[in-house]
Amino acid sequence: MGLIDNINKLFDHRIRLGIMSILMVNEEVDFNRLKELLDVTDGNLASHTKTLENAEYIKIEKSFIGKKPNTKYIITRVGRKAFKKHIDALEHLIRNPE
Amino acid sequence: MDSKKYLDDISQIKDLMNRSSRFISLSGLSGILAGIYAIIGSLVAYFFLLPGVDDYVTLHNRNFKLIMGILILVAVLSFVTAYLLTTRKAKKNNEKIWDDTTKRLLVNFFVPLVTGGIYILIKLNSQHYGLTASLMLIFYGLALVNASKYTIGTVKYLGYTQIVLGLICAAFPGYGFWFWVLGFGILHIVYGSIMYLKEDKA
Repeated sequence: MGLIDNINKLFDHRIRLGIMSILMVNEEVDFNRLKELLDVTDGNLASHTKTLENAEYIKIEKSFIGKKPNTKYIITRVGRKAFKKHIDALEHLIRNPE
Repeated sequence: MDSKKYLDDISQIKDLMNRSSRFISLSGLSGILAGIYAIIGSLVAYFFLLPGVDDYVTLHNRNFKLIMGILILVAVLSFVTAYLLTTRKAKKNNEKIWDDTTKRLLVNFFVPLVTGGIYILIKLNSQHYGLTASLMLIFYGLALVNASKYTIGTVKYLGYTQIVLGLICAAFPGYGFWFWVLGFGILHIVYGSIMYLKEDKA
């Protein structure tokens, strides 16, 4: 029934899945907090946030706290919708294995 | 298809959602205790301090000050309990207590609450006692709903219930005390117990 189509390739990765899960329940999260929660390296996290940003699932806000640059990540409406669809598809596939 | 992998994905999603907005995880027991403090406080007020049918409450009277004292004591005790229980649990799970989620949760909780508190004090100062319980319930409910953005649990529904109760209370003048007991006492205990049972299962 094309359910498998709802499985989003972009979320088929541990770190991207993790970033989206965190952003779903937090209004905004900064880089270090994501790093701490996901337990990944800077470079690794940066490349995956970039991928999600290019898909317009998340947006990035850069600012300064004092002299230190601070990068915040926020989920977009499109991203929220896409991720919900992905979770639904996962649940369906678990309940009705082919 | 590989349904084992899908299961792993789902449990990872759940785990991260919980950890990144974990504050909720403790509200069970602290909710029950907050409700008990509120009920003890109101019992003391009811039997020793509330004015009889013939008396009036006046702002500078001793009983009034004592009632305010009890209110503040109940609020502080509830807050300290929630803080201690959350810290204890965070330590057990090796988590930091004071992070961005916590900070934002507190700011979002206290903005409506402090606004309401000041508003009530202003009204009391101009001899408007009637709506105090209603206003406390409404502003507390708004504070909960506002803070619930930083949790994935069900605090939101406790908030909505308090708001509705506050509005009903406004429609029934004279019963403020009982609505207050229902909202801050009974509802906290009911909500806390539900959360507590859920936590046990998880």
